[in-house]
Amino acid sequence: MALAPDAPKDSFRLSMLIYDTRFRAMTIQVIVLILFGLAVAWLLNNTVQNLAAKGKTFNYSFLWVRAGYDIEQTLIPYTNDSTHFRALLVGLTNTLVVALVGCIGATILGVIVGVLRLSKNWLVARIMTVYVEIFRNIPLLLWILIIYVPISEIAPAPSAFRVTEEMQAAGQAPAASKILFDTVAVTNRGIYAPLPLFSRPLGSVDLGPVSLNLTFLSIVAVLGASILAYRALRARARAVQEATGVRPVTWWKSLMILVLPTALLLAAMGLHLEIPELTRFNFTGGILLQHAFTALTLALILYTGAFIAEIVRAGILAVSKGQTEAAYALGLRPNRTMSLIILPQALRVIIPPLISQYLNLTKNTSLGIAVSYLDLRGTLGGITLNQTGRELECMLLMMLIYLTISLIISAVMNVYNRSVRLKER
Amino acid sequence: MSETHAATVSYVRDTMLPPAEAPVTERGAIKWLRENLFSGWLNTLLTLIALYIIFVAVRAVMPWLMNSVWNAASLGECRQIVAAAGEGATGACWAVIRDRWHQYMFGFYPRELYWRPVLAFGLLFVALAPVLYYGNRRAELTLTATAGAFVIAVLFALGTPFGIVAAVTVLMAALLALAWAAPKRLVWVTVFYAPVCYLLLWGGSVWAPVTAIAGFALLAAVFVALQPRVGVPVALGAGLVAAVLWWAYPDATVARALSSILPIGLTAVPSTQFGGFLLAITIGVTAISFSLPLGILLALGRQSNMLIVKALSVGFIEFIRGVPLITLLFTASLLLQYFLPPGTNFDIILRVIILVTFFAAAYLAEVIRGGLAALPRGQYEAADSLGLDYWQAQRLVILPQALKISIPGIVSTFIGLFKDTTLVSFVGLMDPLRGVTQIVRADINWKGIYWEPYIFVGAIFFLMCYGMSRYSMYLERKLRTDHR
Repeated sequence: MALAPDAPKDSFRLSMLIYDTRFRAMTIQVIVLILFGLAVAWLLNNTVQNLAAKGKTFNYSFLWVRAGYDIEQTLIPYTNDSTHFRALLVGLTNTLVVALVGCIGATILGVIVGVLRLSKNWLVARIMTVYVEIFRNIPLLLWILIIYVPISEIAPAPSAFRVTEEMQAAGQAPAASKILFDTVAVTNRGIYAPLPLFSRPLGSVDLGPVSLNLTFLSIVAVLGASILAYRALRARARAVQEATGVRPVTWWKSLMILVLPTALLLAAMGLHLEIPELTRFNFTGGILLQHAFTALTLALILYTGAFIAEIVRAGILAVSKGQTEAAYALGLRPNRTMSLIILPQALRVIIPPLISQYLNLTKNTSLGIAVSYLDLRGTLGGITLNQTGRELECMLLMMLIYLTISLIISAVMNVYNRSVRLKER
Repeated sequence: MSETHAATVSYVRDTMLPPAEAPVTERGAIKWLRENLFSGWLNTLLTLIALYIIFVAVRAVMPWLMNSVWNAASLGECRQIVAAAGEGATGACWAVIRDRWHQYMFGFYPRELYWRPVLAFGLLFVALAPVLYYGNRRAELTLTATAGAFVIAVLFALGTPFGIVAAVTVLMAALLALAWAAPKRLVWVTVFYAPVCYLLLWGGSVWAPVTAIAGFALLAAVFVALQPRVGVPVALGAGLVAAVLWWAYPDATVARALSSILPIGLTAVPSTQFGGFLLAITIGVTAISFSLPLGILLALGRQSNMLIVKALSVGFIEFIRGVPLITLLFTASLLLQYFLPPGTNFDIILRVIILVTFFAAAYLAEVIRGGLAALPRGQYEAADSLGLDYWQAQRLVILPQALKISIPGIVSTFIGLFKDTTLVSFVGLMDPLRGVTQIVRADINWKGIYWEPYIFVGAIFFLMCYGMSRYSMYLERKLRTDHR
């Protein structure tokens, strides 16, 4: 019986680079890397040539030049004498404030609608379905425009709110009047809303580059202390329940602990609402909300709220019915079942898609371009770009900032996601 | 009943009572109302609030709709007609749609050439038939016949010259015959749809698309010639290099030479005249059909074991997903001139399509990656143990299952993409929502109109997107193979 011949010697042949699975992965990666390098080199080379042909350089020194344009909504001090960099920061804060208000509003709306869609009430469930389907299937741009165009074109000028003596004598009403208990004025220049103010603020402390607002800090400190005290109360109540089986009545105590100190502090500092008043030509006092801001935020809330409603609904439906039945079998009441059994499990399903909705909302704030809202794209990617003619620098910087915001949001939300995730051992 | 029990009780009923009808409150509409609308104080409150909201909405909208005006030359005339209806009456002025519908549909596309986009739109469904229902004769026949009837009806309504309608009828009849005789051959319509559609929409010489197809033919020829001798990868690589060389150098020259010898073609229509839903559908359909393969490749790259391929895929996906679409569109209109060789300037619609395709592909890649990750590990191992190589395993085992799981996500990405085509108005294209409406509202006759154009465009978008989401639900049900 002949022995099997020896295994062929492993001599390396060139064809093995393609046909041998041990080497093929290497070959492919090297080829991909070379092609990628060539592509990048080609793009860079083109860019350098094009810049040279246009007589431009690539640098960011224009950021420290006077901007020279006005921005209507500024959350940090800004005049048209400030630099382009300052304008960029103003734009960034404008983007972030829309994103923040939008995320909070859309979450509240989405949770309410999502729960109501599951309601046993036939009529309410149908209305919510219609809302969700209409808002999900029509472009966001339409919602922004359909809110912005009417309010900016129909709303009366501030002078329409005037009541002259002749009109009083004749008993006529002015052409327009403030709404919501005579506090909010919707005009063609924007919406004038009341602003909470303190008559006896604590002032602020200058610490070199940053100034600390003592009023705000004291409110935060008192609120934080109340929450700590409330948690201590809860812990004591739980300890008593563990020991004796009877849970002490705590609701009025916790209400007092949570509300009273802050309310006293606010009253001591003289909190009041500054209501916009009509002066000679315009309203003064209160806060002016630009129509662009209102339309953009409202449209984002309504549009994203419809998506979040679907996510919430799917999350609640994903918890199997057996969980509810098991909870009832243990004798838990419906609201305890919701808060202890269903919501914690539904949250795990809800949070990942919710994160991507927050990201979408933040990126969609760039649609403010449709209503000339001066966000990051409006300042850095709009007026600054057009004034300085530095398309390459502005666009790259803007993309980098948006990318950073997105990565930060997803990182923060991923940390939260990890904390509510099912602990597997 | 036991013996003892029967003996101890004095009376046992031995006939059934006639069944009584359920109480009034427990049957019919009243029961339904009690259960669904008034089952508790909270539910009753919700019902009353909902009824109030409906009442307010109907009271505000109904008179406005009832007093609609369809025949007027300007907004002022509309308002006069509405004012005649009574003191303080409101009314919709749909006359603007009647006056400008062609701009909402076609932008500034020449009116006498409307038959071309309509035919391209009809052929789209013929080309889709083999993709949606491959080899299913009845479904393909139905779709082809419907598309043909639609095109011919629309052409008649548009008042197209009789010669063109007759030619289109013959073409559609031929396609119908093909669908009946050899439903599988219909896939050739799909293969050649892209160049035909390009020719119909943009017009110009016939030879440019023909020589572009010749590049693909060259690829196939080189592949077939070399494949038996050197194997699939090398032959494919060589074919690609040959095709790229053909497109890069002799392609344009040959096309120009041919068109000077035999100048046949259609009237050229520049991209600046595209607009309305023609533009939205052109961008949407092209980007959808190219982003799906690209998205699958990116998803496979992200799941790959090869470090460099994986890193590049992740980088691309995360970058695209991290920036708003608007910045990418501005890149298309402002920055591409920096990245391409000096002097290159190609069509803005094409540039936008490329960037929108990348954008959709990155989102699709994430959706498909979810589908790939949801497959049990055993599927991969089973494919390996059958001796399938990577591409066979992906094609036969992994992707059919992964794509089926990801259908809802894929369709909602498509819907998002279609809605996002409205953003092209920011780079100067005439999308139906903002671009055309701006033009209409700039007209002195229609200055100050706002609800009607937006409602009209919104309704069309709603119909298309809602239709797509319904189709995805149908597909999900049809493809469900698990037992329940």
